[in-house]
Amino acid sequence: MNACKRTLVGVAVAAAFAVGAAHAQTGGKEIKLGVMSDMSSLYTDLAGAGSVVATKLAIADSGIEKRGYKVSVVEADHQNKPDVGSAIARRWYDADGVNAIVDVPNSGVALAVSAITKEKNKVFLASGPGSSDLTGKSCSPNTVHFTYDTWMLANGTGTAITKGGGTSWFFITADYAFGHALERDTTAAVEKAGGKSLGDVKVPINTQDFSSFLLQAQSSKAKVIGLANAGGDTTNSIKQAAEFGIVKSGQQLAGLLVFITDVHALGLQAAQGLTFTTTFYWDMNDATRAFSKRFAAQDKGIHPTMVHAGVYGAVLHYLKAVEALGGAADGLKIVDKMKATPTDDPLFGKGSIRVDGRGIHPAYLVQVKTPAESKAPWDYYKIRATIPADEAFRPLKDGGCSLVK
Amino acid sequence: MEIFGIPTQALFGQLLIGLINGAFYAMLSLGLAVIFGLLNIINFTHGAQYMMGAFCAWFLLERTGIGYWWALIIVPIVVGITGVVIERTMLARLYKLDHLYGLLLTFGLALIIQGVFTNAYGSSGQPYRLPQEFVGAYNLGFMFLPKYRAWVIVLSLVVCLGTWFVIERTKLGSYLRAATENPTLVQAFGVNVPRMITLTYGFGVGLAALAGVMAAPIYQVSPQMGANLIIVVFAVVVIGGMGSIMGAILTGFGLGVMEGLTKVFYAEASNTVIFVIMVIVLLVKPAGLFGRER
Repeated sequence: MNACKRTLVGVAVAAAFAVGAAHAQTGGKEIKLGVMSDMSSLYTDLAGAGSVVATKLAIADSGIEKRGYKVSVVEADHQNKPDVGSAIARRWYDADGVNAIVDVPNSGVALAVSAITKEKNKVFLASGPGSSDLTGKSCSPNTVHFTYDTWMLANGTGTAITKGGGTSWFFITADYAFGHALERDTTAAVEKAGGKSLGDVKVPINTQDFSSFLLQAQSSKAKVIGLANAGGDTTNSIKQAAEFGIVKSGQQLAGLLVFITDVHALGLQAAQGLTFTTTFYWDMNDATRAFSKRFAAQDKGIHPTMVHAGVYGAVLHYLKAVEALGGAADGLKIVDKMKATPTDDPLFGKGSIRVDGRGIHPAYLVQVKTPAESKAPWDYYKIRATIPADEAFRPLKDGGCSLVK
Repeated sequence: MEIFGIPTQALFGQLLIGLINGAFYAMLSLGLAVIFGLLNIINFTHGAQYMMGAFCAWFLLERTGIGYWWALIIVPIVVGITGVVIERTMLARLYKLDHLYGLLLTFGLALIIQGVFTNAYGSSGQPYRLPQEFVGAYNLGFMFLPKYRAWVIVLSLVVCLGTWFVIERTKLGSYLRAATENPTLVQAFGVNVPRMITLTYGFGVGLAALAGVMAAPIYQVSPQMGANLIIVVFAVVVIGGMGSIMGAILTGFGLGVMEGLTKVFYAEASNTVIFVIMVIVLLVKPAGLFGRER
């Protein structure tokens, strides 16, 4: 009886150890991604729920779950408020076991999340935010800024339009950090290409009526009106520019940050002829078309923006690094691994992650088709020029990032 | 000739633009003033109802092919009916309570309505085609005035003055005003006061929806369009004097012009100037420019 009891206790202890060991093992093979985005306001369509879809598609395509890993996805709405975003990030890292935060459109929130990610030694895969400071003076060894930034937009669009004859510019600028940075970077690109800025008007964010500012731009007699704003501000200014016959009377409109969802919302009648820079267009090759078809089926028919594509590319590359290291615990090691491995995905092709965290790949100068040229829904862009990867982004030495030695 | 470094010609253009924006402020604040003046409800759903008006017009055009002109008539009625339902099922229970309860209820409703529309139609908005009749612009010498903007001023003036006339100068209007002063007495004369109040709320909501239809060809038809405007419009009502019909109309147009001028001289302040004016007016004349002290 005694012997039997002893055996039972022994079995129980052994079982407890076994369970503990098994638990530790799944801990290493478990990955939790937190998609933080704007789920209810102006950036919902260009990021939002679509970023969750893109994350899930990347997990499925990586095939990592067939190799014994378990990947789960949580999502949250940062409401475009840095304090809300920070609180979510801390809870995710401290209590919920999230290994990496994905997307975060809105530079203000993204800068806050980047700092917290560094403090907790996790990973931040930024796709939605624009500020080039994320890989400049506020760069972090735990952050990868995958998709685009203000420098790249300014450089692509500003240079191309100035060289095409648009030598004098007037800016309608969103009156906050993002708009100021965009205007500053664009002016620099315009001047470098031989043009000049004739002036600007700084407009409060979320303005409904731009007619007053458009009249000021009109009377400046500048050849190009640069829109250093985003989202609803951009669509409203483009729409009202059409109403006031700005383009018809000879001035050119340059949207500096335009997403395909903005073009869709405007309709081709109002958006036609608009020239801008993007890093992704769904209708470039068979791989992008196949991805976009799957994506649209899961996101209310919305075709992927460059933010969605960037989420897909970044998550795919992240999962490769995690697998190579055999676990997601150490954020710094994973980001270092991501930088050491060239990127290669069906949407952006071959590229790399630079030491400052900047994702490097080609950018495209596109022009919006006329209603007659567009053959199908979402058939919107003509690709005018490809900006090679080594010219598309700010040179490493100019960013002022402390990781660059 | 120049005024403060701005050519007079350009200034005329900016004044006119201000007047057009003022037309929207006037239309919306009018509806708010009618509802507050006669029901004592601070209707925070007004912005959402304006948005519903624009969406309803878009829906008619996209799904049924019914164009702008019919939308001007159909939409205020349809959205007005939703207002009647809200009044009957919810607001009617709150009349005996403090104003604050009505404010909370309507604010909550606005959030729900905007959330539902964002969920269904996304955030970037829908395009509404300019009616064919209004394509093009008049050359006024100092600026190109798009034909549609000219129409907005004319229509809103007609609607505003018509509403003022009905409420201040007709028998129906006198019943309405009497019913707010002393509902029991008016009821004793055989007037169905609850029904009158319901219809008044429906009418105020209809005005918001009408402004929404008028806005659809100019702005993106998006779920947030009302949220951006409602705070400004409330400031307009406060400056004009809560419940004063003519005050709301004149202040709406006047502040549109003030805002337009700010956009020329110091654009950065253009969305705060109205609140600065509100603070000054409240300090000097707490009941508003056209309000009566109670």
